[in-house]
Amino acid sequence: MPDLLIELFSEEIPARMQGMARETLKKLVTDGLVEAGLTYAGAGAFSTPRRLVLAVEGLTAESRPVREERKGPNTAAPAAAIEGFLRSTGLTLDQLEKRADKKGEVYFAVIEKPGRKAEAIIAEVLEAAIRTFPWPKSMRWGAGSLRWVRPLHSILCLLHDEAGAQVVPLTVEGISSGNTTEGHRFMGIGRFTVSSFDDYAAKLRRAKVMLDPAEREAHIWQGAQNLAFAAGLEVVEDRGLLAEIAGLVEWPVPLMGRIPEAFLALPAEVLQTSMKEHQKFFSCRNAKTGRIEGFVTVANIETPDDGATILKGNLKVLSARLSDARFFWENDLRVARAGMQDWAEGLAHVTFHNKLGSQADRIARIAALAREIAPLVGADPDQAAKAAEVAKLDLRSAMVGEFPELQGVMGRYYAIEAGLPQPVADAARDHYSPLGPSDAVPSEPVSVAVALADKLDTLTGFWAIDEKPTGSKDPFALRRAALGVIRLVLGNGVRINLIDALDWAVIAGEARERPYLEWVLQAVTLKPDRRPMSAIYERLMTERRLSGWEPDGFAWSADAVGKETSNPDPDLVTSIGRSGWPYMGFSLRSRERNAAEHWPWTPLDEKRHSDIDLLAFFHDRLKVYLRDQGIRHDIIDACLAMPGNDDLTLLVKRATALSDTLKTEDGANLIQGFKRANNILSAEEKKDGVEYSFGADPKFAEGPEEQALFAALDQAEAKIGAAMKAEDFAGAMAAMAALRGPVDAFFTAVQINSDNAVLRRNRLNLLHRIRAVCSGVADLSRIEG
Amino acid sequence: MASGIETPKSFQEIILRLQAYWAARGCAILQPYDMEVGAGTFHPATTLRSLGTKPWAAAYVQPSRRPTDGRYGENPNRLQHYYQYQVIIKPSPPDLQALYLGSLEAIGIDLALHDIRFVEDDWESPTLGAWGLGWEVWCDGMEVSQFTYFQQVGGHDCRPVSGELTYGLERLAMYVMGVDHVMDMPFNDPQAPIALTYGDIFRQTEEEYSRHNFDGATVEMLFRHFEDAEAECQRLLDFPPEDPKTGKRIIMAHPAYDQTIKASHLFNLLDARGVISVTERQAYIGRVRALAKKCADAFRQTEAGADASDLAHGVAS
Repeated sequence: MPDLLIELFSEEIPARMQGMARETLKKLVTDGLVEAGLTYAGAGAFSTPRRLVLAVEGLTAESRPVREERKGPNTAAPAAAIEGFLRSTGLTLDQLEKRADKKGEVYFAVIEKPGRKAEAIIAEVLEAAIRTFPWPKSMRWGAGSLRWVRPLHSILCLLHDEAGAQVVPLTVEGISSGNTTEGHRFMGIGRFTVSSFDDYAAKLRRAKVMLDPAEREAHIWQGAQNLAFAAGLEVVEDRGLLAEIAGLVEWPVPLMGRIPEAFLALPAEVLQTSMKEHQKFFSCRNAKTGRIEGFVTVANIETPDDGATILKGNLKVLSARLSDARFFWENDLRVARAGMQDWAEGLAHVTFHNKLGSQADRIARIAALAREIAPLVGADPDQAAKAAEVAKLDLRSAMVGEFPELQGVMGRYYAIEAGLPQPVADAARDHYSPLGPSDAVPSEPVSVAVALADKLDTLTGFWAIDEKPTGSKDPFALRRAALGVIRLVLGNGVRINLIDALDWAVIAGEARERPYLEWVLQAVTLKPDRRPMSAIYERLMTERRLSGWEPDGFAWSADAVGKETSNPDPDLVTSIGRSGWPYMGFSLRSRERNAAEHWPWTPLDEKRHSDIDLLAFFHDRLKVYLRDQGIRHDIIDACLAMPGNDDLTLLVKRATALSDTLKTEDGANLIQGFKRANNILSAEEKKDGVEYSFGADPKFAEGPEEQALFAALDQAEAKIGAAMKAEDFAGAMAAMAALRGPVDAFFTAVQINSDNAVLRRNRLNLLHRIRAVCSGVADLSRIEG
Repeated sequence: MASGIETPKSFQEIILRLQAYWAARGCAILQPYDMEVGAGTFHPATTLRSLGTKPWAAAYVQPSRRPTDGRYGENPNRLQHYYQYQVIIKPSPPDLQALYLGSLEAIGIDLALHDIRFVEDDWESPTLGAWGLGWEVWCDGMEVSQFTYFQQVGGHDCRPVSGELTYGLERLAMYVMGVDHVMDMPFNDPQAPIALTYGDIFRQTEEEYSRHNFDGATVEMLFRHFEDAEAECQRLLDFPPEDPKTGKRIIMAHPAYDQTIKASHLFNLLDARGVISVTERQAYIGRVRALAKKCADAFRQTEAGADASDLAHGVAS
């Protein structure tokens, strides 16, 4: 069984693409080999910046012969059908067999494919892999037309076993396969021949190339830790950076340096980010002081001066970078200590979204909303509003301009420098959270209020302009925002009715427009001869100019009104003023639609509709979230059908209790009893065309089971009522589950459809009570199974 | 030094060594383009000559202007006027990386002592409608060059592909000579009877141009000149190819491209004056790109820019 070795040698492959490239090469080649009828024992892929390598072990030397029989048309079929069959099989008529079939005589094609040598298959598969390789970005070079991630220089393709090695011949765009490669660019030993994978890996090592990226990572990490330890520091772990660096070097040589004293006062995050982003350094922390005091850089070469020149150069670059950072920091501190007013003014000129106004508009909305939310999360409303006002000011700071990933972190530093209270400063850092499923949820009340307000504003805003996520497209990360709201609410046990919160968000959005609207109303309700037509028109045009949006419809209607003159058409202007009253919502999309009817704002019921749509979006996210926590979707549906479903904390409490109850024997059986009662009742109600909700009378109860059920229902009703009032869902569910015995006994002993019409009616009314009592906790009809 | 190559003594020595190196490797040593440009790529020897199939190899110094980078000569490595060294070879030779590394050795960088790295960097010029793949080259963690395989210029696919090398001369020279502030760098031999530093030559001009770029240039005039350049570019390209005076086919691709260069620089000045808003910015870039594309289209109709097969079939004649 021979082994296969492939090396695709090129100019430097971007580090971030190497992992994917390894997996892709392995899959393309091994899949291709298997599809062509070869088998193999194992395969491993490797990469360095200049090579992509695949080793396949225990490959069969040739593919198994294949015999395929294909049934063709009837021998009496039209000539065209028979010709088609010949074309598809590649045979001639005399090569076909005739066989008897149920419907007469039909043609059969017997196609024999002999086994093929592995070499031929490998050459085909590898050439196809090279030509179709799905690089995220590929290029041409020189005068050729082949595409690769960077110019491809050589192909090593070797089939080897105990008897020896042979080159698998193939040529791709003038590059012929061979059995040679080269080592490190600067420390190598020229081109050399290899005879097997082991020989290849060993010779590469001698030529100063560590083939396996995992080995390079381990070597870098170990070396960095040793250097840091010797200097009394510890390396800050960063797995992403480690993988990237391992993709930038063939022969890693870690070198340790100290950050010049002048820069040690910079915030740790600034030092870390600058060193990582610009220079791909690991940061080293002094465990005693917690400060970042050193760095480890990883060179790709061993030098006669043990890296002294390299380290000196890197330090010089670092100093220049950190000088910039210190310049930004000091300038920012001046603005911060002066109260950050410059930044607040600057944000008025930064567009958040062309239909949702500037960053300053957005911040004003978030602040108004945070003030409303604050009492519900135990935060001081003034503090929450203040925190929202300052939380995003750092977006204008020089430091965040240079390092966008430091938004929030810098905001906290600057808020402290501005003399703001700690909870306000913390909110600047924490209000973006939770960003991902593993990101921690803020718990400090002011942070929670601002975080919720931020996300709700984003959601209502983008909903209003109809920029909802579709399929895999979610450019504004609205799913993440919704999940963030869910985790903030549940993580902190916040009791908030989302519909109210969404309304507040909408109201915060329209606050800017309200005074204008009220003015127009007053103007148009005046007697026709006293209406200040030119002034109304003027306000319309001003609003159009100031609001930053200009839907086509609105432009049309305003122009039609005034024809860009000071001589507006009175009827049109007043109809514009009137038709929108009494309410306009924060729905610019609706504005565009309504503009065609002379009014760009949206009426109340439509806004309401948008809220409900957004609530359904929350519920979808919640289902995904709870499914991951092990709560079935039908249980969530049963709880969503209950009132108060916009209070997520309550909803989850109910769903958890129901989920637990259904896991008990009583609970599971009660559901069956409930369903039986519900099914019979629904069928009979449908048949009779009446609703049996008149209340069953115990005096018609016949046997002990029926009497017992009356008693049990009385008891359960009282218990469930009290428990529900106290939001004790577990208690309510337990009381409900306790009905299982009496309900089961009732169904066993009593026939519902009695011949006696009075008894029948009474029993159906009794079933209705079972349904009513149980439905007080959740809509059990939605439970599956 | 292990390689036995002496460290250059001055800024100009580095330029002279690069000129000699690339001349010895067969490049035509061109002179700077005589217009204000933002980077060496704008020189028609790169933008226009990277189009079509005709082989091309050129190297040149290009004085470049980035008005927004003015720091009144105070910043140790930021200038509104600086020099780029540009090499452009079509088709890109297979040993371009090795040739490039040789040029580093030629200016005194010992490859056994330094850490040279090719770090992914995709180049894109929205104003030229151009992009390519390649790297920024790091020497001991410092970016010393851009290395790009042109894929598209002016909206045209580059076939064959040109290899482009761009050296930031001041930064590279400061590193090689161990100078910390650009103004302290020797421009000519420090032992010369009249030794001049970079600052002796450029400190005052950096001050003057910084003031000009940020506060002095007349905005209305810049806007007007932008419109003029745009209109003139279009007008020159609208001429019929046949020249009535000579009877020859003369497409004014280069004169039109000059107007594109002008428009681009005027836009940069307007940007430095802070009168272009974020949304307008994209629109202006789009207008310059439209001109660059039209010039590229026109150049492709000329003898220098056509495909060999088109010429054989008489398309461009």
